[in-house]
Amino acid sequence: MSPDTVAAPGVKPGTRARARARAARNRRLLVHGSRVLLLVVVVALWEILARAEVIDPFNFSMPSAIWDQIREWAVHGTAQGSLWEQIWYTLYEALLGWVLGVTAGVVLGITLGRIRFLADVLGPYIKVLNAIPRIVLAPVFLIWFGLGPASKVASAVVLVFFPVFFNAFQGAREVDRNLVNNARILGASNRRVTLQVVIPSATSWIFTSLHVSFGFALIGAIVGEYIGATKGLGLLVAASQGTFNAAGVYAAMAILAVVALLTEGLLTFAERRLFRWRPAEAGTER
Amino acid sequence: MNTDTSPAIELRGAGKAFRTPSGTLHTAVRELDLTVGQGEFVAVVGPTGCGKSTTLTLVSGLEEPTDGEVLVAGEPVEGIGDKVGFVFQQDAVFPWRTVLSNVMAGPRFRGVAKAEAKEMARAWLARVGLSAFEDRYPHQLSGGQRKRVALAATFVNDPRILLMDEPFSALDVQTRALMSDELLDLWSGTGASVVFVTHDLEESIALADRVVVMTAGPATVKRIFDIDLPRPRKVESVRLEPRFIEIYREIWESLGEEVRITRERGAADVA
Repeated sequence: MSPDTVAAPGVKPGTRARARARAARNRRLLVHGSRVLLLVVVVALWEILARAEVIDPFNFSMPSAIWDQIREWAVHGTAQGSLWEQIWYTLYEALLGWVLGVTAGVVLGITLGRIRFLADVLGPYIKVLNAIPRIVLAPVFLIWFGLGPASKVASAVVLVFFPVFFNAFQGAREVDRNLVNNARILGASNRRVTLQVVIPSATSWIFTSLHVSFGFALIGAIVGEYIGATKGLGLLVAASQGTFNAAGVYAAMAILAVVALLTEGLLTFAERRLFRWRPAEAGTER
Repeated sequence: MNTDTSPAIELRGAGKAFRTPSGTLHTAVRELDLTVGQGEFVAVVGPTGCGKSTTLTLVSGLEEPTDGEVLVAGEPVEGIGDKVGFVFQQDAVFPWRTVLSNVMAGPRFRGVAKAEAKEMARAWLARVGLSAFEDRYPHQLSGGQRKRVALAATFVNDPRILLMDEPFSALDVQTRALMSDELLDLWSGTGASVVFVTHDLEESIALADRVVVMTAGPATVKRIFDIDLPRPRKVESVRLEPRFIEIYREIWESLGEEVRITRERGAADVA
């Protein structure tokens, strides 16, 4: 037994609190350290095995080659133009598709959630549309809208719309009856009930779908670019694949992952600002 | 104009039946006859789940009667009237609005200008003792404080008719007594008529001018008792007076029977 793990009887409360804080800090360090270690081990193994040709570097590439590829793109640009332009294109398509899909999903979801008649009439059709694997629409959109961003935006919209729609619909349906009744008694018109009771209470439902749906928007944009485009990260993947450049495919993937994580972080930040009225979750109390 | 002479609320043979999800008809209340005078405080007691709350939703206009008539100030109820205030059993404050904004909601919904609504809301918050909390969100308040917000939000609309559906049942005993006193204080001088639904007989006697005993469901009026305790009352002390205990015994004789019937039914359902 080490002497500093056992609190001696009659020890001051201050030292005990300090010991607890130290233990918590140590645990955090251990978790973070293990994470980094795991990454280093995996990357190192990949590199070593590829260099030793245990795994085929032509198919699986290696971390150093991927890194070189990213640097090469960043410094000298890609075959389609600068790397930043490709990232911007993909992001632009995904964001535009996301905003349009979210807007349509929220508006329609809330409307159908509030107007029972419309929900009963349109419900089955929406279910049928939702059952179609919507990614197969990407080639159709390419034919309709051409190689430009419009076809990618359209694929992003159809992917984003449904999860947002269903959540907004559910959110509008599950509004606390008491709150609605209270608002009506206090004198709120139907429009006011929708704007000031239904929408605020549905926001937490909607926000859950926003996280997932941004990922969908990126998928829509990338798949659209992959099928046919003049610019974008998806085209980068397709072009690398066409020249059997495995490192290029992985590099584009890595860039995408970073982009997705950054936007996710922004979304979480916005959510925190918007939901100040909600009780903090257990353990994160102010 | 007969609004000055007609009673504040009149139920004439009113009944309400709901269609249950399984398709059968469930009668919540039947053949209700009740008159509430202007400025009168009426408490409605009955066994749990007998349909007391339905009476309130009929008067408020949230639901329509399937039988009979409901009149407010001599006029049949059509939709939600602007003279009605309703305090709900569960929390019905808007969690995404601050305390001040919650109390402003009523006047704002009714088209009062923002500055004026704010002034009115501040005045009522001061009366319920929550001036220091106007920027808080409901989740940062205690249950009693939230109820105060609900009271202020209701009174700020200056309701002529105040409907209360077991408003204090979720509070602990001490807070409940305190809130009851506060309610009497807020109500006195407004001239509003009150219908206060509760399953707590003590509470109903301490608060009301008349106590209406309902039968086991489907509920109807069984008997009405006049409470001749002098006002102003203090809830904590009035219940120790001999007259209070006398009234309590008298009403319990009537109410207890219905409670027993309800209990036996419950037991039969379980068996």
